[in-house]
Amino acid sequence: MKDILLRAGGAAGDGIASVGEVFCRIFTRNGFYVFGHNAYQSVIRGGHVWFQARASPDRIWSQGDGCDILYALDRATVDFHASSLREGGIIVYDPEKFSVPPEAVPSGVKALPVPTLELARKFSPQSILQNAVGMGACAYLAGVPLDTLDGVLADQFRKKKDVLEQNLGAAKLGYEYAQGKSPASNHALPVKGGAAKLLLSGNQAIALGAAAGGLKFLAQYPMTPATSIMHWLADHASAFDILVKQAEDELAAINMAIGASYAGVRAMTATSGGGFSLMVEALGQAGMTETPLVVVEAQRSGPSTGLPTKTEQGDLNMMLGASQGDFPRVILGPGSAQEAFRATVRAFELAEEWQTPVLLATDLYLSEDMHSVDREELPLDYAPSSLFTVPEPTNGSNGYKRYLFTPSGVSPRAIPGQKGLNFVAGSDEHDEAGHLISDVNAGVPMAIEIRRKMMEKRMRKLQGVLATTEPPKLEGPAAAEVTLVGWGSTALPVRDAMGILATKGVPVNYLNVHQPFPLHAESVAKALRAAKRTMLVEQNYTGQLGRLIRAETGIDLPVKLLKYDGEPLYPWEIVGKVLEVTGHVPS
Amino acid sequence: MSLASAPPKTEGPALKVVYKSTTKPTWCPGCGDYGVVASVERALSSLQIPTHDVVVVSGIGCSSNLPHFLSSYGFHGLHGRAMPVAEGVKLANHGLHVVVTGGDGDGWGIGLGHALHAMRRNIDLTYVVMDNEIYGLTTGQASPTSTMGQKTKSTPQGVIEEPVNPIALALSAGATYVARGFSGDPKQLSDLIAGGIKHHGFSLIDVFSPCVTYNHLNTFDFFRQRVYKLENAQHDPTDLVKAFAKAQEFGPKIPTGLFYRAEKPTYEDLEPALKEGPLVHQKAGIRGKDKVLDEFV
Repeated sequence: MKDILLRAGGAAGDGIASVGEVFCRIFTRNGFYVFGHNAYQSVIRGGHVWFQARASPDRIWSQGDGCDILYALDRATVDFHASSLREGGIIVYDPEKFSVPPEAVPSGVKALPVPTLELARKFSPQSILQNAVGMGACAYLAGVPLDTLDGVLADQFRKKKDVLEQNLGAAKLGYEYAQGKSPASNHALPVKGGAAKLLLSGNQAIALGAAAGGLKFLAQYPMTPATSIMHWLADHASAFDILVKQAEDELAAINMAIGASYAGVRAMTATSGGGFSLMVEALGQAGMTETPLVVVEAQRSGPSTGLPTKTEQGDLNMMLGASQGDFPRVILGPGSAQEAFRATVRAFELAEEWQTPVLLATDLYLSEDMHSVDREELPLDYAPSSLFTVPEPTNGSNGYKRYLFTPSGVSPRAIPGQKGLNFVAGSDEHDEAGHLISDVNAGVPMAIEIRRKMMEKRMRKLQGVLATTEPPKLEGPAAAEVTLVGWGSTALPVRDAMGILATKGVPVNYLNVHQPFPLHAESVAKALRAAKRTMLVEQNYTGQLGRLIRAETGIDLPVKLLKYDGEPLYPWEIVGKVLEVTGHVPS
Repeated sequence: MSLASAPPKTEGPALKVVYKSTTKPTWCPGCGDYGVVASVERALSSLQIPTHDVVVVSGIGCSSNLPHFLSSYGFHGLHGRAMPVAEGVKLANHGLHVVVTGGDGDGWGIGLGHALHAMRRNIDLTYVVMDNEIYGLTTGQASPTSTMGQKTKSTPQGVIEEPVNPIALALSAGATYVARGFSGDPKQLSDLIAGGIKHHGFSLIDVFSPCVTYNHLNTFDFFRQRVYKLENAQHDPTDLVKAFAKAQEFGPKIPTGLFYRAEKPTYEDLEPALKEGPLVHQKAGIRGKDKVLDEFV
């Protein structure tokens, strides 16, 4: 597969994320697929941050392996990243800022000094334009036409005409300077790929999916890596008439969402593991009161505060067991931006259809990194329809029972304001009419019977969810040397690894458990029993999905690739482990 | 104890809107909360609000069972979390009248943070706190409003924390209708609650609602001997500084009535998403579908 990888590194405050986004967009606009990986820290200034943009004419899913053009804003970037450079790699740096001694440059790689500050000073005494020069140089080396870069910059600075003029001038000088000093990278792509792609983060895909799926009320408290869901929706709240409420804490956020949903609108909250820990009690309240609710759980490295800006899939156990007692819940674990979009729409449907909480599990890697999608992959023509089916009685009360025992477990749902259907939604156990059976009736024979039936009614919903949702998909060839098993964003590096392994003559497939709960145990068991070998791939320490599969199917997955260092999985790690377990390379 | 478990006698015209539920309260005989639920019923009835346009939201505790004893819509939620549920209900459908009920543990202990934030938002909720200065449902531990020195099961040597001052807190947090009632005076109390429901903004009615089982200090007689009415004391409820001064009186004389009232825009008034009417009646989904994706190019 042909691809090119551009990496920019420096300190927080150097504008690395902006440079990275430009690196992504100069390719998506020309019709290439892109993945943008933003590696940052929990600091506003200083430290070391970097961004990798990978582009290819073919569908790519992950940040890929290695690097071809390294734009280094400081010496640390050279030290940390030079070893990642592939054959023909180029280090772009400014000798006015630091030097790059020959021993710091790996063989097959060259260092290209570009006077970014000096060229930038032709337009402004401040150093702020150095990145425009740097981006110009990198665009040339990557084979991207200058006018493409100009177009991206023009959009970025469309509200600041004078700043734009300076940036365009500086970018041109950088472009021409590099052109005069070096041939383009041997990995440079052709000028034009297919139709222009869309570039968005996983969180933007989720926010867009929520809006398309009929969201009217978002209550959220800021927490990395879920925060940008609130940012996008707040930014678009007026356009779509969505109420975005920043709550005082996560307890309030989820309870507000439950209140809004009870009152009849599609409601959501979003957080990471720490915030979700605070939401746990209310999650059970949504289950008990049978209130539809969508909770986005964007995981990051735990436990506790953990690594706030690093990725992990360590919260599956918590999501499975969150809140006391048994109640029906659904956990979706989409694998890509387009899948996250569709899963979000689906989450609202499931929550409303089954009147229970739905957890949309993502992680920092999927949520914050940048993904390219084709326009058709984000269908916005979904028309949310209300499932309220209870007509108002014509004369007085008709003995409406909010929690009527039904074969499906779903009872007719009324909302406040409807005449003659008044009821109390209770977090205490209650009878069909909603009267609590937790105090003066607790333990009396009739209430014991009601309790048993009410538990069974609620839990029956899980059978319905299982019957009406898609079982996990086996991606890749039917005949495979290894069947990889994972969930959520693991699909991204796995898909790229599968492509690499195919070229090596080692066919592998992937059981993508996009709905960890309720687990389609029969489908999973069937796929695993048919597998020649299995390998669990997860981004946590204990193999949490593996434990769930063993609990639900009795099948153990002894071969595991588990990663918990905060960094995303790289395709080469999966490739290496597969070659090892298949005996293609010694272990 | 003179307050019977029966609701107070009704006065004036016959109640057209019946808020009494078929579910009978489960409180101890003589509990102050009987007078409160009767006053809430009476206030809602006097305002002629249809029962289906009212949502009563509560948390957990003896007093938080109150929604079950009314015929309106209700949400009986988690301990300390009634307020955010109520805010969600109100923001989803601000055509509804939303009343939050609960106790001092629920509101001034575990839920204090939510209460203060709801007040500063001036969201149009009516918050009725049945303050008995004790934890009743858990059989008699100190509450955030228990008196310094008071002996309870959790403080056998006496409470060594100052009680929170709900009225002063509400005044400082930005509530725009701040009142105190007494369960032993249901006429005044129902008027205060009705005033709170009519008020456009956040209203607090903190109610002395004695626990006859676990609090032998703050009894009906204790309050009867001390309370006096602000409406008879030339108090100006538009004066925030005087309201603060009145909020500090808690000794031989304890004021009840309306401490403070102000007219200010509510959260719903200022929220752009509600300009087109209640959220629940608005269309959902993405408009301008063709253009939305252009920002991602």
